[in-house]
Amino acid sequence: MELLNKRTLEENIFKILMMISISIVVGSLIIIVALVIINGGPALTLELLTQTSSGEFYLGAGGGGILNAILGSLLLALPATGLACIIGIAIALYLQKDFTHPWVAGFVRFSLDILWGIPSIIYGVFCFLIMIYLGMSASVLVGIIALTLLEIPIITRYMDESIKLVPIGLKEGAYSLGSTKFETAVKVVPRQALPGILAGILLGLGRGIGDAASILFTAGFTNRIPSSLFDSTAALPTMIFQLSTSSLPIVRQKASATALVLLLIVFTISILSRTLSKRYMKYVIK
Amino acid sequence: MDRRKLRDFLGTKLMLVVTVAVSLLFFSIFFLLLFKSLFIFEQHSLAEILFSSSWNPGFNQFGLYPIIVGTVLVTGIALIIAVPISILSAVYIAEYAPKKIRKIVRPFIDVLAGVPSVVYGLCALLFLVPLVKDVIAPWFGIETTGYCILTASITLAIMVFPIIISLCVESFHAIPLSLREASLSVGATKWETVKKVIFRASAPSIISAVFLGFGRAFGETIAVNMVVGGITRTPSTLFSPGQTLASLIVSAYSDMMSSPLYESALMMVALILFIVVLLFNIFGIFILRRAKKRWNF
Amino acid sequence: MSTECRIQIETKNLNVSFHGHHVLRNIDIKIPAKKLTAIIGPSGCGKTTLLKSFNRLLEIQDDVKISGQILVDGKNILAPRLDVPDIRKKMGLLSQKPYPLPMSIHDNVAYGLRIHSNKNKGEIESTVEHCLQEVGLWNEVKGRLHDPASRLSVGQQQRLCLARAIAVEPEVVLCDEPTSALDPLAAQQIEKLLLKLKKDYTVVLVTHTLRQAKRVADHVIFLYFGMVIEQGPADEFFNNPKNPETKAYLSGEIS
Repeated sequence: MELLNKRTLEENIFKILMMISISIVVGSLIIIVALVIINGGPALTLELLTQTSSGEFYLGAGGGGILNAILGSLLLALPATGLACIIGIAIALYLQKDFTHPWVAGFVRFSLDILWGIPSIIYGVFCFLIMIYLGMSASVLVGIIALTLLEIPIITRYMDESIKLVPIGLKEGAYSLGSTKFETAVKVVPRQALPGILAGILLGLGRGIGDAASILFTAGFTNRIPSSLFDSTAALPTMIFQLSTSSLPIVRQKASATALVLLLIVFTISILSRTLSKRYMKYVIK
Repeated sequence: MDRRKLRDFLGTKLMLVVTVAVSLLFFSIFFLLLFKSLFIFEQHSLAEILFSSSWNPGFNQFGLYPIIVGTVLVTGIALIIAVPISILSAVYIAEYAPKKIRKIVRPFIDVLAGVPSVVYGLCALLFLVPLVKDVIAPWFGIETTGYCILTASITLAIMVFPIIISLCVESFHAIPLSLREASLSVGATKWETVKKVIFRASAPSIISAVFLGFGRAFGETIAVNMVVGGITRTPSTLFSPGQTLASLIVSAYSDMMSSPLYESALMMVALILFIVVLLFNIFGIFILRRAKKRWNF
Repeated sequence: MSTECRIQIETKNLNVSFHGHHVLRNIDIKIPAKKLTAIIGPSGCGKTTLLKSFNRLLEIQDDVKISGQILVDGKNILAPRLDVPDIRKKMGLLSQKPYPLPMSIHDNVAYGLRIHSNKNKGEIESTVEHCLQEVGLWNEVKGRLHDPASRLSVGQQQRLCLARAIAVEPEVVLCDEPTSALDPLAAQQIEKLLLKLKKDYTVVLVTHTLRQAKRVADHVIFLYFGMVIEQGPADEFFNNPKNPETKAYLSGEIS
């Protein structure tokens, strides 16, 4: 019953094409990581991590580090994520069937989907325009707002999806014990939806730390560590952007080293998100 | 009033306010950009802006044509590269890969999706630019700095892989096993089942994934800006430097403060970007929603 | 009086495990040709698994281990390096819920034809008509052959799936509780079709209604917790069961 025919041949050709395709995809990631490690490794010194940059930093070897960028990123992304969480959970809870008409909820979800797809540069431009109008200058505060806007759709969607999955029997159980809609929404539902919510928060945080376009115009750039909300600040992505435009290989090495730091942070967040989700899955009732 | 009830009421109203504010955000963005673009529309007509071919703000020339060409080329070629590779990869992951390989590859895709665009740009700079300059272009007999349309396209293609792949895999998985069994039981091969049944059943999802990928590629700013060359002339070949709408905003940022007309022009570019991406995303989401309802995922 | 009949399908020491669960144990059965064999037993005992092993459809899932022999017309279909699609072509499958392919009514039936044969358009169309007539659908759909199959009622869809299965001229038709998703009228139509089919095809029917088995079966196999308890010609099986578990099942004590 062995048959080598046209149909098998076609299948085998496409199997090979599939293998090539998946290798390209997997290979791309491997190349990216390898590049960053190989090129940036040598420049990843303690000095780089613990000192702030100076004029010389951009012109050649030596001259400080990226501490201002590291702290700047944290200063921007952490509050932004926090704000986005608060707003996100308010919206996600409100979207539950108990509070709104189905088509209102549909409209809100649709606008969140759209906001999710808006390029981050648009958020940057938007906040930039408002910033100018209000007479402010590029600062930590404006940067935080831009990142918050960027993160809201991501975080809200994860929260919404997780809360939607909460079985209605659970809520009914709470109601029958005398809980109001609001109380149930706030006390019972989030626990069940915890893994999904955590995943969303960490994803938003990762995006906030890695995004450059939204903070380029709004957070400014400086060699110093910001001392107030109204100072401008560097951040890891903008630092990489600055350093990579140099034609000096040594400075590019610093860019790679910074990229390595950024990747490590983003990967850690991603792994953390996965492990925490798995751990909290045990509270979830299926 | 009962304290509990008051808290309830305020809490609910607060949630409502926040929800309304966020839902209207995209309207706010749209109208602000529109408002800011009005200035340049007073001085130059839309046709003139879209079709004249010199972008020279210092001389009051705001022709976007070269940049539009650059954008279309970069995005188009990125998708031509990305779509077949992504779909084939998705088929492999969903239909052919043994369980062990699937478990390894899925995280790879997720991680690829999480890499910040500035890192993509940096790696393109370090690897693709010399590759194009010293290997690919000479093979065609062309000289180039490496900062060109092709480099930007390849970079964008890689950035778009995770989006299309994960949407396709999700939609392939949603197709019930029994439908595959129905095809296989009349003696079709696995590939024939994929071609004739799975692709057909997930056609809307695949199309939607391509639209969403296109939207992402169109709006990608930083990585493209780092490797496309930043020259606002119509590119003559794939190896010529060019400029895209999104990248222009970044390149011109420092200059735009010099004149309100320039600023208005750039806000108009942002508006165009916003509208195009919005349209692609709306279309893509709409199709995806209908597909989700049909196959229940 | 037993008629001399050919054995179409025979299993020897067939064992199937899913994710480590030993679902089918040491199955030795014989299925006669051109008769309707019913596989009966309580839910979850492996009947569907047994059925799907005959056309090697089990292996498309993860973590499946199959050992033993399945002989179709004397040849072991579990042997390595065989052309599996070819094996499957010999067996038609009718599932519990109808799964029309996402295409028109005509294309559903023509699907297998286009893959396997070199018939031209005209020949395909006449074969499609013939198959639809065989299942009694022709008059209901002849005016709308190019409508999507999804627009048919559930009962019509099931008959369409049957037409699709017989279009490639199988020798065996495997039926996995084909009437369980249908209303009584549609179910009756399918049962009548099965009785008609067994003249030309070997029919293997998995059912968990005893009454259905009594109505249509020529031969019965009783599966309980993955093991064959008893098998034999239908009238012997129902009137003179030998095994205590068989008796218990038939009297309704276990179900």
